[in-house]
Amino acid sequence: MSEKSLKVELVSADSSVWSGAAKMVVAKTVEGEIGLLPGHEPMLAILSSGEVRVTLPEGEVMKFSAEDGFLSVEHDVVTVVARNASLV
Amino acid sequence: MGAQLRVYRQKIKSAQTTKKITRAMELISASRIYKAQQRVAASTPYSRAVTRAVSAVATYSNIDHPLTTEPESIDRAAIVIFTSDRGLAGAFSSNVLKETEQLSTLLRSQGKDVVYYLVGRKSVGYFNFRRRTARKQWIGGTDLPAFETAKAIADAVVADFGTDFKDGGVDEIHLVYSRFVSMISQVPEVVRLLPLEVVEGVEPPSKSEVFPLYEFEPDVNKVLDALLPVYIESRIFNAMLQSAASEHAARQKAMKSATDNAQKLILNYTRLSNQARQSEITQQISEIVGGADALSTSGDED
Repeated sequence: MSEKSLKVELVSADSSVWSGAAKMVVAKTVEGEIGLLPGHEPMLAILSSGEVRVTLPEGEVMKFSAEDGFLSVEHDVVTVVARNASLV
Repeated sequence: MGAQLRVYRQKIKSAQTTKKITRAMELISASRIYKAQQRVAASTPYSRAVTRAVSAVATYSNIDHPLTTEPESIDRAAIVIFTSDRGLAGAFSSNVLKETEQLSTLLRSQGKDVVYYLVGRKSVGYFNFRRRTARKQWIGGTDLPAFETAKAIADAVVADFGTDFKDGGVDEIHLVYSRFVSMISQVPEVVRLLPLEVVEGVEPPSKSEVFPLYEFEPDVNKVLDALLPVYIESRIFNAMLQSAASEHAARQKAMKSATDNAQKLILNYTRLSNQARQSEITQQISEIVGGADALSTSGDED
């Protein structure tokens, strides 16, 4: 599974904030923090406002703030949709 | 200078001033269309993602959410009208208003009561002039829509949708806005927003595509509760952006033809003024010649 990676897309209401490949995504949903790795089951979750951390394949970590939105996972495609989102 | 000539010169000058203004407005609109189009494009990923998610939830859950279920009887319908704040955009606002009137007639013939929500100063003016009332109105910023306005509109309509008919609630919500097709074509469009018809999204998922079985967190109802307002906001925001792009395109077209007309007027008046000048000169010459003639003949008689 290690060669697999996630395709991440982070969009806010008026623009696409970031998209690319990642090894892991950590986000904060209303139920608590959730870590997503490749092969995760399809999921739709509501985000609570907070930080979204994206670990790139090289190991680098990018941090985004996301507010008021949701997160969907399917076939290793992670879409984080937030009304306000920005790179921290 | 003769009176006729002076009048023509005045007219030429006024046409030139008008032309300068319309030309400037044309150029401004032209530059703004591009920006407005970019904003439409920039908001597309968001609305696509939201539409996809809503479609997915709607496909895989059989729950009856108040926003998606068709009420047994629709007694009152709301129409949200998107027009511009400013005029000088050709038939932009009146096309939308005409479409609204048609829709109102249709809804009334179905025995529904119609209430209005207005966006843009032009629609407010239209309603005030006819002494008609509107539920709510939003003025300002139609040429550069902000997401906050879309959210305010969405909150207002969803709140009224959730209210009972007896307390002034509505059972159906329509949007009337101008869809940006191309630089030269903008079509007024009617969309029924609520109850939801998820099928017609910005980009409907293809038929062959099968949605995966989603896990919902915390649960389906909560996810749908959170998603639907977002979906409605995004639809309204998209309508506003489309309308803004259409407004600029319509204004550019209107101002272009105004500039052309001013140019035509200037040309015509220049011809007429040249003619007037020439006839003035001719008249003066013939007066001089006639005068000299009269003098010489009177001299002969002496």
